[in-house]
Amino acid sequence: MRGTPLVPGAASGEALVSTEPLSFWGGYDPNSGEIIDRRHPLSGLSAAHKILALPLTRGSSTTTAILLEAIRRNTAPAAIVTPAVDGFIALASIVADELYGTPIPVVALGERDFAQLASGDVVVVDGDTVSVRSKGDS
Amino acid sequence: MVALTDNDRAMLRGDHGPAARLAMSIIARMATVVRAPSLMSITAAHIDSTIYVGEAGLEFAERLAGLDARVAVPTTLNVSGVDEHHWQDWAVPSDWASKAQRQMAAYRSMGCHPTWTCAPYQTAWRPDFGQQVAWGESNAIAFANSVLGARTERYPDLLDICCAITGRVPAHGLHLTENRAGHLLVRLREIPQALQRDDSFYPVLGHLLGGLAQDRIPVVEGLDATPTEDQLKALCAAAATSGAVALVHLVGITPEAPTSSDAFQGKSPTDSVEVDLGDLRRARQELTSSDTDRLDMVVLGSPHFSLAEFRQLAPLLRGGHTHPGVRFLVTTSRLMAEMARASELLEPLEVFGGTITVDTCILASPMLSSNVKLLMTNSAKYAYYSPGLLGTSVTFGSLDDCVRSAVAGRVVRDESLWS
Repeated sequence: MRGTPLVPGAASGEALVSTEPLSFWGGYDPNSGEIIDRRHPLSGLSAAHKILALPLTRGSSTTTAILLEAIRRNTAPAAIVTPAVDGFIALASIVADELYGTPIPVVALGERDFAQLASGDVVVVDGDTVSVRSKGDS
Repeated sequence: MVALTDNDRAMLRGDHGPAARLAMSIIARMATVVRAPSLMSITAAHIDSTIYVGEAGLEFAERLAGLDARVAVPTTLNVSGVDEHHWQDWAVPSDWASKAQRQMAAYRSMGCHPTWTCAPYQTAWRPDFGQQVAWGESNAIAFANSVLGARTERYPDLLDICCAITGRVPAHGLHLTENRAGHLLVRLREIPQALQRDDSFYPVLGHLLGGLAQDRIPVVEGLDATPTEDQLKALCAAAATSGAVALVHLVGITPEAPTSSDAFQGKSPTDSVEVDLGDLRRARQELTSSDTDRLDMVVLGSPHFSLAEFRQLAPLLRGGHTHPGVRFLVTTSRLMAEMARASELLEPLEVFGGTITVDTCILASPMLSSNVKLLMTNSAKYAYYSPGLLGTSVTFGSLDDCVRSAVAGRVVRDESLWS
């Protein structure tokens, strides 16, 4: 699948797919990578080193600071895939690049392609390309 | 590609110093991400990056400060991670406090106004209708766009300060008239007048709107009341918490929505939904996670309590005292606290056994001890975030419910308006 690489790069890992938006502030623990928004369907799961597929961010402006902190602590997703341009996520990765030289890939896919991804899939992100190497059990 | 002016390019080359170079580099890259054709100027900023959430945000602030960053436009500061002068009254670890204070010092050194509030619209730096600004803090963004008719995109932490340093932003989103038209028509159906006049109606409606609208612009028809500024503040904060709402039009109330047609800029809604009392009842229920009537603390003031709210609270407190097992806290800004003190509105709170915290709030500062497990609040934002951020259970209620519960030592809610 081809998308727009908002922050280009390469990564691979197990997909964690969210059906709902997430505010990283109050929703993501940068100590562990756990999703801690108790109203969120992924509550209790870890997104660290996963390919996180997220509809978009919601709420707090502090989302970027939390994601940057997670990147610094190596608890961030390996890459983030969205169905539309999400500036908050891209920004955290761009600042991680400017500050530490460690951006994470951020790719915006079309809605239809985004819907193909399922939690448990092994996904490879490379530049503008997002490919599913093997389907998960779910 | 983004078309940069000579001055933008000069900044990018470092002609205005290394801090402006770093800030412009981030802005130019973000302009590409959001596909803005060019940059535009802003005349004020509000910085949310002040909230200390860990080393990375502090390192970013100190990097900029170390490069002698100076803001180019009048800039207010959001809450920090500590009540600068009273943090020792609370459970804040000293290591956290010293880092949060370093972050405060870094932003202060850039020439920002040390307002330390999430309600910058309650200060002298409140923007005017049509003014182009770069604001962070979700509730403040929604209030500035919706209630004041100022123009700001949803600026995330770290980008807001880059905008303030350069005075430039990507020309896109809510800065541009054509992107301010409503998308989602929300019709209120048979909502009782008495409920529409009640304070607790607005955070509940906002919570519902955020979930319905997500990142779209909702247009609300059928509000048959004249909400106060604090009621609008509560609505905006709630909608910007449960959704990515940065602008909401209330027909007949907010400045860009004298009529529904104005709110949609003559276009048709892309979607519409009806909201009745049952929907609101469910939204209200979502804001309560607690399944007990026991209570450790009542907390008010997210967004920061205004002078008008102190004025509303004072008579409710007279003659009562908070139960020995229940702490009663109001979070506000230094400015509002001083004004409330001068208007003799803090004394009733102190006699009641309550306290205030300034500069920060229970979400931004690790101030509550771990034995505070059961909260009650009239704030949808506190209600939404405290289970995840603090691990507490929470009950949502009206201001009146909150005061009566504090006195009773257990949750008491008046259900009559909601039944």
